[in-house]
Amino acid sequence: MDLLNALIAFLNYVFIPGVAYGSQLALGALGVTLVYGILRFSNFAHGDTMAMGAMATVLMTWLFQSWGISLGPLPTALLALPFGILFAIGLVLFTDRAVYKFYRVKKAKPVILVIVSLGITFIYNGVTRFIIGTNDQNFFDGERFIISAREFKKATGLAEGLSFKTTQGITIVTAIIVVALLFWFLNRTRAGKSMRAYSDNEDLALLSGINPERVVMITWIIVATLATIAGVLYGLDKSFKPFVYFQLLLPIFASAIVGGLGNPLGAIAGGFVIAFSEVTITYAWKKVLVYMMPESLEPSGLVQLLSTDYKFAVSFVILLIVLLFKPTGLFKGQSV
Amino acid sequence: MKKMLMATTAAALVATSAMAGGHAKEVKLGILFGFTGPIESLAGPMAMGAEIAMKEATDSGMLLDSATVTGIRADSSCIDNGIAVAAGERLISEGINGLIGADCSGVTGAVLQSVAIPNGLVMISPSATSPGLSTMEDNGLFFRTSPSDAREGEVMAEILQERGVKSIALTYTNNDYGKGLADAIESSFKAVGGEVTIVAAHEDGKADYSAEVGALASAGGDLLVVAGYLDQGGAGIIKSALDAGAWEQFGLPGGMIGDNLPKNIGPDLDGSYGQIAGSQGDGIDKFVAMAKEAGFDGTGPYAPESYDAAALFMMAMQAADSTDPADYKDKILEVANAPGEKIYPGDLAKAFELIKAGKDVDYVGASAVELIGPGENAGTYRMIEVKNGKNETIGFK
Repeated sequence: MDLLNALIAFLNYVFIPGVAYGSQLALGALGVTLVYGILRFSNFAHGDTMAMGAMATVLMTWLFQSWGISLGPLPTALLALPFGILFAIGLVLFTDRAVYKFYRVKKAKPVILVIVSLGITFIYNGVTRFIIGTNDQNFFDGERFIISAREFKKATGLAEGLSFKTTQGITIVTAIIVVALLFWFLNRTRAGKSMRAYSDNEDLALLSGINPERVVMITWIIVATLATIAGVLYGLDKSFKPFVYFQLLLPIFASAIVGGLGNPLGAIAGGFVIAFSEVTITYAWKKVLVYMMPESLEPSGLVQLLSTDYKFAVSFVILLIVLLFKPTGLFKGQSV
Repeated sequence: MKKMLMATTAAALVATSAMAGGHAKEVKLGILFGFTGPIESLAGPMAMGAEIAMKEATDSGMLLDSATVTGIRADSSCIDNGIAVAAGERLISEGINGLIGADCSGVTGAVLQSVAIPNGLVMISPSATSPGLSTMEDNGLFFRTSPSDAREGEVMAEILQERGVKSIALTYTNNDYGKGLADAIESSFKAVGGEVTIVAAHEDGKADYSAEVGALASAGGDLLVVAGYLDQGGAGIIKSALDAGAWEQFGLPGGMIGDNLPKNIGPDLDGSYGQIAGSQGDGIDKFVAMAKEAGFDGTGPYAPESYDAAALFMMAMQAADSTDPADYKDKILEVANAPGEKIYPGDLAKAFELIKAGKDVDYVGASAVELIGPGENAGTYRMIEVKNGKNETIGFK
């Protein structure tokens, strides 16, 4: 019986990774949900928009590093982030002008736009690989840990170490700031209100003098910003690899749908629901339980519900359950 | 018409006699490697390794009354049994006297069953390491100059025991290589009294291995053995385990030994250790020098073993004084093992001469060949420890 060690093991292997992963998913899902709410289609290119934005940031980071510019203990990538965001904004606005606008003017059905976005996905996909290659790219620098497991063990004398990476800290802090800014923007500013009006009822918004092209443009700018931030945070915390962002699409969409498509609050909740389900269901609880239980009740097996290979299956199953029993998601969104 | 018939008959006669004359003096060896596919970067130097041995034998003029040896390359694809078998059959129709290959374990088994055994052809593979090939029924036709992964498992278990490791957690890359090696390490380590707390697969090419490491850490163990690839998931697992503070030392089998690993992980990897197939001494040095002269990198994986495969074929033919697999297949173990004069790369002319004079030879070659059991290399392993961010050789086993 050792509750303190159990708590530390839980924090180290479940809680902290879950919160960081959840924040990354939430930021990604916010982008998806905004496109769905305002432009009215599921944007499959979102994962690769993240990859493109992150790629631009990685390249800028390398440039800064070669100039010898750094942020001390913080990763240089934060300094390069605004440039990555600018690149991503340019990219999606160009894509919107060149592709989506054509279909929007014709009032094409959402399903056509979905397929179009799939095409965009593959183009982004190819361009990313063409520019930066298919391999892992390391662009992290600065202090690696806020709390390192080794030092924690030494300082506290506990058997379990607690590690809290700088990137996890940055992810959580950035996510909170970004979400706060987004909600302030949507609820308090004129542009944000016009976006919500356009989302609620397009015709009514037009009649009250809202310029639809402006709403679309602002939406894309916000979406590109969110996507780049999410992509860079994920890349910093794990590693930057083009293929991974394509794979992230599933948990991101699952988060958006579980929370309720079109509902920003739901996207955040959905991100954490998906992240914690993935982590808790595939975690082997033996270590935590051994600390918590009296010796006679200690588990001999691993107490792992699903092997880690099935991580993505978890998002699928949750997605199915939500779609079957609560198609509008946990927070009232639009049904799919 | 009559004249035409006469002419063709005459031509055919001439051709046949020319063929017969040439036959005694020409030895053809098939080289069946995966020139396309997952190990295409290795296949080039491997084939060159085999070819310089053939050139050396031809130039010596001592093999079977100055025979010329030619290699015929064919693509095994490494992973597609259909392609490999078709390529093997094509080589048979070209009249090869022996087959160097195949390279990857899966296709090697397929070619052995569908091509070599039905045609009575001898195969020497330089790089198929699956333990499954040791027990496969082969009518004495299959040999390999590489050690079986089962051997690596034994070596690793010995090293762990010497270092006083009582229990290990084991993770492997999810393919035939990883699974075979993990099984070998698990059974060998248990046989010497160690405990294996968990054996879990990991997929290559993921960004995040914290969930895998969570499960491994939960099972516990003195050391985490990572039977993966250093440029792939193996490195990710180690990074993640270090970040979470789950382990500080790692056991590194062959696939994890390379300069990139210490470079990518940094000083935290210091103190981790492992082993990789590799020999010491004059043999490999001579081979590397010969390779450099021929314009390729002799230190590449399995290039020395390929040289040795070709050399074994030719020495066995010399010993049997025949290019017929049925005659020379029993001579391979004889020329490969003691007793006799030790033969290194570049000594082939001397070897042919000794054999012709009826003396024994003991082929050492570039990869310290010592064929054991069903005709596979006993295998020397280089023991590696990471010190100050570098892989350092601390001994041989």
